[in-house]
Amino acid sequence: MAEETAAPPAFVGPLEDKDRIFTNVYGFQDWGIDAAMKRGDWDNTKKLLEIGQDAIIDQIKASGLRGRGGAGFPTGMKWSFMPKESKDGRPSFLVINADESEPGSCKDREIIRHDPHKLIEGALVAGFAMRARAAYIYIRGEFIYEAKVLFAAVQQAYDKGFLGKNACGSGYDFDVFVHRGAGAYICGEETAQIESIEGKKGQPRLKPPFPAGAGLYGCPTTVNNVESIAVAPTILRRSPAWFSSFGRENNKGTKLFQISGHVNKPCVVEESMGIPFKELIDRHCGGIRGGWDNLLAVIPGGSSVPLVPAAQIMDAPMDFDGLRGLGSGLGTAAVIVMDKSTDIVRAISRLSYFYKHESCGQCTPCREGTGWMWRVMERLRNGEAEIEEIDMLFQVTKQVEGHTICALGDAAAWPIQGLIRHFRPEIERRINERKGTPAMMEAAE
Amino acid sequence: MADAPHIPDEAETRARWGAFAWTAENAEQAKKVIARYPEGRQASAVMPLLDLAQRQVGAETNTQGWLPVPVMEYIADQLEMPYMRVYEVATFYTMYNLAPVGRFHVQVCGTTPCMLRGSDDVLAACKGKGLSKGHTTADGLFTLTEVECLGACANAPMVQINDDNYEDLTFETMTAILDDLAAGKQPKIGPQIDRQTSCPEGGPTSLKEMVSENHDYRGAW
Amino acid sequence: MPKVTVDGVEVEVPAGATVLQACELAGKEIPRFCYHERLSIAGNCRMCLVEVKPGPPKPQASCALPASEGQEIRTDSEMVKKAREGVMEFLLINHPLDCPICDQGGECDLQDQSVAYGKGNSRFHENKRAVTEKYMGPIVKTVMTRCIQCTRCVRFAEEVAGVPEIGAIYRGENMQITTYLEHAAQSELSGNVVDLCPVGALTARPYAFEARPWELKKTFGIDVMDALGTNIRIDSRGRQVLRVVPRVNDDVNEEWASDKTRHHVDALVRKRLDRPYVRKQGKLVAASWDEAFAAVAEGVKKAGSSVAAVAGDMLDCETMYAARELVKSLGGTMFEGRQTGLAYDVSNLAAVNFNSTIAGAETADVILLVGTNLRWEAPLINTRIRKAIKKGAKVFAIGPETDLTYKVEWLGNDASLLSNLPKPVIDAFKGAQRPMMIVGGGVLGKDGAHGDTLALVDTLGLIKDGWNGYNVLHFAAARMGGLMLGYAVDGGIRAMAAAQPKLLFSLGADEVDYDLFKESFIVYVGHHGDKGAHAADVILPGATYAEKAGTWANLEGRVQFGEKAVFAPGDAREDWSIFRALSQIVGKTLPFDSFEALRAKMAADVPALGAEGLVGYEWAPPKLPTGASGELAYPIKDFYLTNSICRASPTMQRCSAELVHGEEFAEAAE
Repeated sequence: MAEETAAPPAFVGPLEDKDRIFTNVYGFQDWGIDAAMKRGDWDNTKKLLEIGQDAIIDQIKASGLRGRGGAGFPTGMKWSFMPKESKDGRPSFLVINADESEPGSCKDREIIRHDPHKLIEGALVAGFAMRARAAYIYIRGEFIYEAKVLFAAVQQAYDKGFLGKNACGSGYDFDVFVHRGAGAYICGEETAQIESIEGKKGQPRLKPPFPAGAGLYGCPTTVNNVESIAVAPTILRRSPAWFSSFGRENNKGTKLFQISGHVNKPCVVEESMGIPFKELIDRHCGGIRGGWDNLLAVIPGGSSVPLVPAAQIMDAPMDFDGLRGLGSGLGTAAVIVMDKSTDIVRAISRLSYFYKHESCGQCTPCREGTGWMWRVMERLRNGEAEIEEIDMLFQVTKQVEGHTICALGDAAAWPIQGLIRHFRPEIERRINERKGTPAMMEAAE
Repeated sequence: MADAPHIPDEAETRARWGAFAWTAENAEQAKKVIARYPEGRQASAVMPLLDLAQRQVGAETNTQGWLPVPVMEYIADQLEMPYMRVYEVATFYTMYNLAPVGRFHVQVCGTTPCMLRGSDDVLAACKGKGLSKGHTTADGLFTLTEVECLGACANAPMVQINDDNYEDLTFETMTAILDDLAAGKQPKIGPQIDRQTSCPEGGPTSLKEMVSENHDYRGAW
Repeated sequence: MPKVTVDGVEVEVPAGATVLQACELAGKEIPRFCYHERLSIAGNCRMCLVEVKPGPPKPQASCALPASEGQEIRTDSEMVKKAREGVMEFLLINHPLDCPICDQGGECDLQDQSVAYGKGNSRFHENKRAVTEKYMGPIVKTVMTRCIQCTRCVRFAEEVAGVPEIGAIYRGENMQITTYLEHAAQSELSGNVVDLCPVGALTARPYAFEARPWELKKTFGIDVMDALGTNIRIDSRGRQVLRVVPRVNDDVNEEWASDKTRHHVDALVRKRLDRPYVRKQGKLVAASWDEAFAAVAEGVKKAGSSVAAVAGDMLDCETMYAARELVKSLGGTMFEGRQTGLAYDVSNLAAVNFNSTIAGAETADVILLVGTNLRWEAPLINTRIRKAIKKGAKVFAIGPETDLTYKVEWLGNDASLLSNLPKPVIDAFKGAQRPMMIVGGGVLGKDGAHGDTLALVDTLGLIKDGWNGYNVLHFAAARMGGLMLGYAVDGGIRAMAAAQPKLLFSLGADEVDYDLFKESFIVYVGHHGDKGAHAADVILPGATYAEKAGTWANLEGRVQFGEKAVFAPGDAREDWSIFRALSQIVGKTLPFDSFEALRAKMAADVPALGAEGLVGYEWAPPKLPTGASGELAYPIKDFYLTNSICRASPTMQRCSAELVHGEEFAEAAE
């Protein structure tokens, strides 16, 4: 756990276009390899590889890049867990997690359909650094168009000799394969994803063993998010110092933010880590629908993190530590904005339904708990409950949290905890209202 | 389990689909898919092959397609997997249809980001056109499913119909899309408002040079 | 050997042990549902959570966590208590409160553990989940609403039984355990999932609503359905055996039992010979013991010393011994147990024994099966072979191709292969540390085959230091005991028939071709109205294995004692006492008047039968003729109908009809 940094430096912005990594994020231009090369991708990749495997890992460490998939684990360190040589002949694998399914998240989609070569070049660079024999990109099944682009882009890279035997003339053999999912949020969890690639149900594995020891096909494996991999070539080209010049200590770099919900102009945009919430929304999203006074709450990191009430989020730096300080998290930087018209209990209850729907079913607390929590949430939504049940629900979330194999149980618990923490009066109001007006109750039936 | 798929009768399914085999083109494709995975790991190909098979069934039935039991067994045999393991996979992932669906599988995202921006209206538009959740319309044209987040949240609300996304929907635009499909027309795919993909409506707030040319920003590094 | 502390007590644990095992070593009970010693670790029930330092500040699943040096494990902390209560509450919210009508009641892990670790009340006010029943076959009854998704049955089917037909379909709270398309599980071991199921989701169909566990008298017995000697517990109420379940014996059956072992018991009260019969004018007529004995005495008088005895497949040694002593006292010399005509050389019992031992089989690294359908002849050796394969063993086989549940390299189906093994097989054996050959009992019927297989002992290097890889696989529970008691005639039963004994004692011998003994006066001592009884001139009703104490030697030469669970029905008596009484009537009183005295006498005669455990026959194989040729066949045509007991069992008949002959038994509505 990172130590709290004393007095964070003020945010320096705005991010200039020249410092944006994903320049074709909106797909105004062609995603194909020739256009991508004109934008700077695949520019003498051989030279990047010549930096050397360990030196690449060191540079990624120095850049301060933390995993963009939600947990924020330092990427360079993750790569360094991979074996430097195979003692028993087992190859190593890189698995790239493009199973973007967290409600609110839609950034990997833009990378894949508009800037796929950043990802594919990153796959080579990262795979080379961690001495992997191949990369499997696990793309969620519903990204049908995106998968088409990705398959084609990979083929383009092979055709140019950038992948395969002697990739980019480096002397290193490296393959990239695309594997499509088929509709299961849980496959975003790294070990579930590995199971899924192996042709099984996406049920997370017990750890240990960790994937770096025994992952895909029992071989050392690192699973990285699309964005983490796609930024790697640019970091190497522009230097770790460049990347770490953005954002606050321990929260470096640029980041794709995805703003959905009640802003005037929802969008995906690359910004500096640590940009204050209000600035992010004003600069790129045309402000909150109905004005800033109309803001109710924000889920700043995708459905799995607790919501933050309007007053607290306004000036918060949008980065890992800043949002953790508010009892929430940056997650995938999927910012779900809710104005005062929102039925906040329903909004969270719908997330509870999502987790119930997506629970793989193997561990007891999640299999049983997600359904229970959702059903209680639905009653709270209508006020069909007793006040004590709010506390009971909170306890149930605590019984799920931390008791499961993977983090889906936690993810299902946290949004509810956030709701109860910040909106308990609203829940109580509904219960009391329903109790106080029996006539209304009948009418509602 | 009210929403559990009603799996068709086994004997009937076997009679209809017992002779399933790849088309020449798909047989070729299946081989290519299996080659993506290391030797002896052909089970990895089960998901892509189920998808391929569903599409072939779809092509044969002029629907989105589904997975009759003999088709799953055909794949299990090809991959040397126990039938049960293939069946588990087919029932675990939501994109495999275990029962026949209509020509258009209307998959409305109802998760919170879409809900906040009006997925209720989208569903209402579906209802208005006679679609109901979990059912296929009498004419066999539409099957409606409420699905979970499809990862297009900045373009909410959205629907995926077969392979295509329709985004930034309203009651009216959703109704129009269903009308077009029913009339045999192809609606515009993607955002239904004046907007480039996930760029802010009305034009980008960043990377404006990219709008008109494939700009290379490296000169400014 | 890492040292850890459990609740403050330091224990040293074997390397590779889990935290759960460490806790058990420290004498702490860890509740669990999904974890099972003999299955892979799933870690999904979350009941075994404990607190471990160092580690994340949340409870850890002890079943899956390796114990490592210096760990501080707590099983008694507030965190652990709360975690267990929480998991227990989750398990119960969708579990029906139908314990009063649940067959698992009284022996239910969920019931027991909820008392011990649960909170005692429920806060769940939603509707409970209901799950439709799944058809799993004639043995396993399902009430899937009770299922807690521990997946033990799924893992058993795949890992132990080798029939990956059970799985968990759908996901989340809709996850359901089922057989593939609800077809019957094609396994002869399916009943084990009933024992494995920690709740009442999978119960024994034939035993449904028969009894409560606390009403049952539990008797330790030895199974006689095959030659393995499965250690069983016979559960009875009053005079009726209601079920058989396996006991743990790692040397023999681990903790499994075949479906035949478990579910033949309904036959113990069917088609029983519960009174003597005497043939009059060609018809068997019920008689009193006195009449029957008088008829036998008459026969004995006529026969003089021309008396022989043939033993059935399920007999205990005591019966065979008592009969032998009587026949000997009358001057008879011929005893045979190989009913179907096998006449292999028995001059050295090691040469017809399963020398690698049952447990040893799982350590083999190269295996050659010769004319044996292990799955039907000894399903629990088949599971050992599966374990060996999991550790990397390679299996070759000679015989008709059949599904043994694992990958086999079939060499062909001609006995001449024995003297002409393909080079790759020879090469594979060259590199083997623990080479093993299993010769099916049926193969020994082929001229020269016994010699051929013994010749391979050297060729394949089957004898190593501390290892004998030569194995004959019998499938009659009485076989090794019978051979030890001299139940073998040179030339087998045909030679015996050729000697035309005037009087033949048939000891439950129901597989004999009685046309060979048309001229003999046949006294059948047995328990079921089967082939032997039909051929008999006098029937003396005896006891099944469950109705008498007895000694059996299994196919590896392991002597085991079983106890008497119930009394034989009606006028039927324990076999030894029949011979004792008869001996008195014919004036050749046997020198024992109690079962204990009989046992002592037998042990004095054949000391190896007096002590439990492996006999350890000395390896001194005879030189036998070689050069077998011709096609091999498996002697068992129907696993479920191999002896007079299971042929009388409605359950076994149904298994045969459904699983062997593919008849449909649709009863989804049941």
